[in-house]
Amino acid sequence: MSLLDKHQFIERNATLLLVGSLLVVSIGGIVEIAPLFYLENTIEKVDGMRPYTPLELAGRNIYIREGCYVCHSQMIRPFRDEVERYGHYSLAAESMYDHPFQWGSKRTGPDLARVGDRYSNEWHVQHLIEPRDVVPESVMPSYSFLKENTLEVTDVSMDLKANRTVGVPYTDEMIAEANADLKAQADPNADTSALLARYPKAKVGDFDGDPTKLTEMDALVAYLQMLGTLVDFSTYDDTTGYR
Amino acid sequence: MNYPLETAALVIGTFLALLGAAYAHDSLFAAHMWVLFLTLGISSIVMLRRVSFAPVGAPRAVPAKSEYFDEVIKYGTIATVFWGVVGFLVGVVVAMQLAFPDLNIEPWLNFGRTRPLHTSAVIFAFGGNALIATSFYVVQRTCRARLFGGNLGWFVFWGYQLFIVMAATGYLLGITQGKEYAEPEWYVDIWLTIVWVAYLVVFLGTIFMRKEPHIYVANWFYLAFIVTIAMLHIVNNLAIPVSFLGIKSYSAFSGVQDALTQWWYGHNAVGFFLTAGFLGMMYYFIPKQVNRPVYSYRLSIIHFWALIFMYIWAGPHHLHYTALPDWAQTLGMVFSIMLWMPSWGGMINGLMTLSGAWDRIRTDPIVRMMVMAVAFYGMATFEGPMMSVKAVNSLSHYTDWTIGHVHSGALGWNGMITFGAIYFLVPKLWNRKRLYSLQLVNWHFWLATLGIVLYAAVMWVAGIQQGLMWREYDDQGFLVYSFAETVAAMFPYYLMRALGGLMFLAGALLMAFNVTMTILGHERQERTPGVAPAGLQPAE
Repeated sequence: MSLLDKHQFIERNATLLLVGSLLVVSIGGIVEIAPLFYLENTIEKVDGMRPYTPLELAGRNIYIREGCYVCHSQMIRPFRDEVERYGHYSLAAESMYDHPFQWGSKRTGPDLARVGDRYSNEWHVQHLIEPRDVVPESVMPSYSFLKENTLEVTDVSMDLKANRTVGVPYTDEMIAEANADLKAQADPNADTSALLARYPKAKVGDFDGDPTKLTEMDALVAYLQMLGTLVDFSTYDDTTGYR
Repeated sequence: MNYPLETAALVIGTFLALLGAAYAHDSLFAAHMWVLFLTLGISSIVMLRRVSFAPVGAPRAVPAKSEYFDEVIKYGTIATVFWGVVGFLVGVVVAMQLAFPDLNIEPWLNFGRTRPLHTSAVIFAFGGNALIATSFYVVQRTCRARLFGGNLGWFVFWGYQLFIVMAATGYLLGITQGKEYAEPEWYVDIWLTIVWVAYLVVFLGTIFMRKEPHIYVANWFYLAFIVTIAMLHIVNNLAIPVSFLGIKSYSAFSGVQDALTQWWYGHNAVGFFLTAGFLGMMYYFIPKQVNRPVYSYRLSIIHFWALIFMYIWAGPHHLHYTALPDWAQTLGMVFSIMLWMPSWGGMINGLMTLSGAWDRIRTDPIVRMMVMAVAFYGMATFEGPMMSVKAVNSLSHYTDWTIGHVHSGALGWNGMITFGAIYFLVPKLWNRKRLYSLQLVNWHFWLATLGIVLYAAVMWVAGIQQGLMWREYDDQGFLVYSFAETVAAMFPYYLMRALGGLMFLAGALLMAFNVTMTILGHERQERTPGVAPAGLQPAE
C-alpha cells in the first residue's frame, strides 16, 4: 500500500491538509446544487404563478416567525394517498418565489401546500385561536394572540424590494402601491380592482372577523387561504414536468 | 489594567446595542438589541470589577509560554455540562408539549419556538461547546504546543456563548429565518462567522506551531469540521436583510434551490458538526482512556477522506419524492448508501482500539460509555443509509421515525462520547486524583442508555404506525384514517418518549452533580468496581 504511505506528506503539512479537505468537501455541493440554477427543466412551466401580495407576504413572515414549518410540510409527494388527501402533488414552480422555501420535514400536523380555499376564514380564525374547538384530537398550540396583535410592518415596500433583489419579479408599480395594497386587501370597503389586477386570484376582504383593525390574524389567514391555489392545473401537462 | 482593549470593545458594543434598540426598524429588533445591551452591559461591569491597578512594569502573573492554555477549556467543560442540561430539559418540555398541548404558553413558549430552542441548544450549545473545548485540549496535547493566539481563545469561547444567547432569545422572541438548524437571523449569523474564523485561526495556528512532525488523526477531523462548517454556514445563510436595523432577511435562494442548499447544509451539520468533529473526540479520548493506540492507521486515512468526500453528497435524501429533480434525489440516495462504509470504518477503528482491553468495559464505566457511543454511531449510520433508500423513505419521511433516528445519533453517539470525554477531562483539568464518584458514572450510563433505547424504540413504532396509517386503504378504495386520527394515535408514544428523555436528563443531572463535586475537590468513599487494585492487571 505505497499510496497510503505517501499520506504522511499531507500529515506533515497543515496547509495541504486544509486545502485538500476544502477541495474534497466542495465537490459534492458543486455537482448537485449548481446545475439546479441553470438546468431549464428544474422548474416546470406553469400558468398562474405570481409573487405574494404584501398582505400574504406579511402573513408568510408570521408563518415563519411562529415556526409552523416545524410541524407542517408544504410539499405533497406524488403518492396516491397524499394526492387524495391533499391534492395534486407539489411542483417546483409553486415555491419559485419562496425565500426561504417552507417545504418542511415533519408532519405532526397535516400538509398545508394546498390548504387554501379548503376551509372558511372563520374556521381558520377559530382553529388558530383554539385548535381543539374544531379538531378535538389536535395537539397544535393556541395562537389567540394573533387576533389581538395589530399587524406591524414598518414599510412593506422595503420587504418587496429585498425580495426583488433576490429575484422575485415585483414591478415598480407593486412596490409603489405596496403599503396601500397591504391595507386594502383586508379592508372590506376598499376598492381592490387595481390590487387584483396586480395580483390575480388574491383573496380580498376581512379575514379575522374584525373589520375595524388589521391584525396578524388577517395576514396569516390571507396567506393560508392562497396556498396552492395559484397554478392552473387545467393547462398543466404532467408529462412535461418529469425530470 | 488587565484586558483594557477587550473591556473597551465590550463597552462600545453595549453602547451600539443601545443605539440599535433606539433606531430599530421593527419592535423585535429593538427587543433583541435590549437583550444584547443587557448581556454586554453585565459583561462590561464584570470586566470592570476585575481591573487590577498594579503599577506599570510591576511583575504580573503571566502564564509561562510552555504551559498549555487550559483555563478556557475548563470554562468550556462547564459550559458543555450546563448547556447539555438546559438542552435536554427543553427537550423534555417540548416532548410534553406534544403530548399535552395545554403546556404551550403563547406566544413565547409555543412549540414552534421552543423546538428550535431545543435543537439548537443541544446541537450548537451542548455539542458546539463540547467540540470547542475538546478540540482546544486535543490540539495542544497532540501538537505539544500552547494554544495559538493568546486571548483569542477566550474570544472564541465568550463569542460563542454570546451567539448562543442571541440565537436562543431570538427564537423565543420569534426571530428566525425558518430554515431548520440555521434559524438565527442575518446579524447573528455574521457574528457566528466572525467567531468561527477566530476559531479556525486558533486551531490552525496551534497546528502550525506544533512540535510533533505529524498532525494527529483527531486533528484532521477537527480541522475538516471547522472548515466545512464555515463553508456551509456562509453559503446557506446568504440573505438580503430588509433593513440593517431590522430582523428580517430574505434568503438569496428560493424554492427548490433553497431546499437543496438548506439540506446540503442540514445534512452536513450532522456530517461535520455531529460526526467529523465528534470522531476527532473519539480518536483522542478512546485511545487515552483505554491506553491503547488507534487500531488502524491506514483505515483512519481511508475513512477520513471517504467520509468527508461522501457526506457532502447526501443532502438530497431529505428531499425524496419532493419537487427536487429525480437525478439529484437518486444521486443523494446512492451516496448516502455508500456513506455506510466510511462510517463503519470509523466505528471499527474506534471499537477495535479496545482490542486487548475489552475487559475495561466491565471495570470502567467511562470506557463503557465511550464504547456505547461508538456502538450507537454504528447503529445510526446503518439506519441512516437505510432510511435514505427511496422506498423506505416514502414511509419514514415526515414521521417520527426520523425523530427517533436523529435522537439515537444525537443522544447515543454525540451525548455518550461527550459524557465520556467530560469524565476524562474534569479530573485532569482541575488536577484531581479521580472523579467524585464512579458509581454515579455507572448510574448515568444506565439511565442514558435505557433512556435512548426507550426513546428510539418508541419512535420506530410511532413513525412506522403513522406512515402506515396515512396510506391505509379499505376494500372500497377509500383512505381509512383522517389525519386527526393519526395524531390521536401518537399520544401513548409521545408520553413514553418523554419518559425516555426524562431518564436521559436525569443521567445528565447526575453528571452535573458529579462534575461539580469533583471540581470542588470531594471524593466519595465507595466501592470502586472500575479500578482494579494496583499490581493486579487483568489477563490479556
